Amino acid sequence: MVAPLVEFRSVVKRFDDFVAVEDVNFTIDAGEFVAIMGPSGCGKTTTLRMLAGLEAPSEGEILMDGRVMNDVPAHERDTPLVWQSLALFPFLTARENVEFGLQMRGVGAAECRRRALEWLDRMEILEFADRDISSLSGGQKQRVALARSLVIEPRILLLDEPLSALDANLVIRMQSVLTRLQRELGITFVYVTHSQSEAFAMADRVVIMSRGHISQIGSPKDIYRAPANRFVAEFVGRNNIISGTVTKTTAKTVTIEGSLGSFTVQTGRHDAPRKGDLARFVVAADLAQVAVKQPKSGSVIPCTLISEEFIGSVVTLFLEAADGSELKVQLQERELSKMDLKSATTIYLNWADEHGHYIGVD
Amino acid sequence: MTDNRTLRWLLFGYLALVFVFIFAPILFSVIFSFNSDRFPTIPLGNFTLKWYQTVWNDPDVWEAARTSLTVSLSTATIATALGFATAYTDYRYSFRLKPIYLGLILLPPTIPLIIMALAMLAWFAKLGISGQVMSIIIAHSVLTAPFAMAIIRLRLSQMDPSLEAAAWNLGANEWSAMRRVIVPFCKPAIISSFCLTAAVSFDEFAISWFVSGLNKTIPVIILEIVTGNIDPQVNAIGSFVFLVSMTLVIIAQVVLMTRRKKEN
Ligand SMILES: Nc1ncnc2c1ncn2[C@@H]1O[C@H](COP(=O)(O)OP(=O)(O)OP(=O)(O)O)[C@@H](O)[C@H]1O
Ligand SMILES: [Mg+2]
Repeated sequence: MVAPLVEFRSVVKRFDDFVAVEDVNFTIDAGEFVAIMGPSGCGKTTTLRMLAGLEAPSEGEILMDGRVMNDVPAHERDTPLVWQSLALFPFLTARENVEFGLQMRGVGAAECRRRALEWLDRMEILEFADRDISSLSGGQKQRVALARSLVIEPRILLLDEPLSALDANLVIRMQSVLTRLQRELGITFVYVTHSQSEAFAMADRVVIMSRGHISQIGSPKDIYRAPANRFVAEFVGRNNIISGTVTKTTAKTVTIEGSLGSFTVQTGRHDAPRKGDLARFVVAADLAQVAVKQPKSGSVIPCTLISEEFIGSVVTLFLEAADGSELKVQLQERELSKMDLKSATTIYLNWADEHGHYIGVD
Repeated sequence: MTDNRTLRWLLFGYLALVFVFIFAPILFSVIFSFNSDRFPTIPLGNFTLKWYQTVWNDPDVWEAARTSLTVSLSTATIATALGFATAYTDYRYSFRLKPIYLGLILLPPTIPLIIMALAMLAWFAKLGISGQVMSIIIAHSVLTAPFAMAIIRLRLSQMDPSLEAAAWNLGANEWSAMRRVIVPFCKPAIISSFCLTAAVSFDEFAISWFVSGLNKTIPVIILEIVTGNIDPQVNAIGSFVFLVSMTLVIIAQVVLMTRRKKEN
């Protein structure tokens, strides 16, 4: 078996008494695009900085290619980082910025220049090679920062919210630049962001962090469809979270009874609910339906309509159930126009049983 | 509208007065340095370069100029190096006694010059190095290092905190990062701090007078000439000193300002 490119083993990082990263374990394979996502202050940047050797773990080990990296100083690691602030050297030109890493590796002047220009060309900013950094636009600076990191031909590239300073159009453009680069170069990207759309659009795997520990690791689809816990369910948003008590369990399902009724939902591989446990489950808002007549199949909750929200052609309906809890459903505008919800007194929220996912209580 | 206008003229007049008060004595000193009369009276006599010639031919003045130049260049070098080191320490490290560290470093300019001068004299005498050019240099470095530190510290505070780490991340060790990133970033501040500390040292009188012994600097020799009798030579030397100081200060300002404009 080949060792993974990166491995975090029970890594803890403390700043004085404050625990910024708590018992983090995960591996990254060569060639993967991994996104680390989570709310502000959850330890994403700290995790990335430890990987780059800019912070030392308080406990645990970080391995690269099976080698423990804890004592390897930052400048001896090939782990270039694209900084949130970009951290370009303001007193150098674009080309000199790109040459920096090569010069530090003792590459000759002519070769430095050739390779720097080659990368600037590849990033489509060759014409700005001899410009001062301060005279470049946000997107151009971004490309210089990428070129500066990639010119040293690393096996792994670390990115800390690299697109957060750009406007929405440019973000989309740069996303495609990044995914294309990652595919063409075949190197590993570790991408920190708190934007769900960035993470889900680009990553093969997403690591969700909350208050210093990992809440879930999985493909974007796993995380979206089968959040492992309440934090993830709320963080990815647009989920209905319903609680109750376990009344029945089978190999792959569990029945949960609460104030809204009794529902049968799916359990994950690692879940082991027991009868009598308090439990929660989630139903993604876009997998639920609404009807004005009581549906015959699946799970049903009778509700009243509170409000609706239009974003483009997608409508979100906010419903209230008998016990006062708020539920959401997302559907296409043209589906909605077929129904007459306004005059209906009761609206039935309905979903197929395989769309409900057990998340336990945490 | 008219009120506003009156106010503006009043303020303008006030500003003009301030400038007159500051610069009139210097201006007159410059004018009288070209005046043929021995006593500074109006109406002026004829235009003359005689006082400059006297100064030019005075070996004592030349000696003092040489001493002043040596002292101010050495002081500027030492003070800027010290200022850079202390400012970088403050930027890079956090430690418990930092407020005390900063307080101590910034202390010298708050001590009355005369006290500082006496203390220096006593201390140098004890060490057996009083009355040498080196003693003036040491004393001036102590006096001006805090200015250098303040200027360079301000520059470091404008630096993106990730910049140095970015250099490490790209393979620079501590020394390369210092040489290739920190120093170039601070270059405008280093140049201005060099010019300003040189200017302060060039003008400084009290300490120089106490510790210089036989190695007189320009301000010391000016006093000597004045105490002897009224001599327009002083105006000539004064104009020269003013020119040197102003040049240094203006260079310092221009270097700091052009850099700032470029980065915004
Ligand atoms: N050098 C430090 N000293 C003390 N506390 C720190 C230090 N660096 C980070 N922290 C703390 O550790 C926690 C995690 O910080 P980190 O920068 O990793 O968050 P983040 O997930 O990157 O957040 P953001 O999305 O806002 O960038 C924060 O609460 C932060 O205050
Ligand atoms: Mg961060």
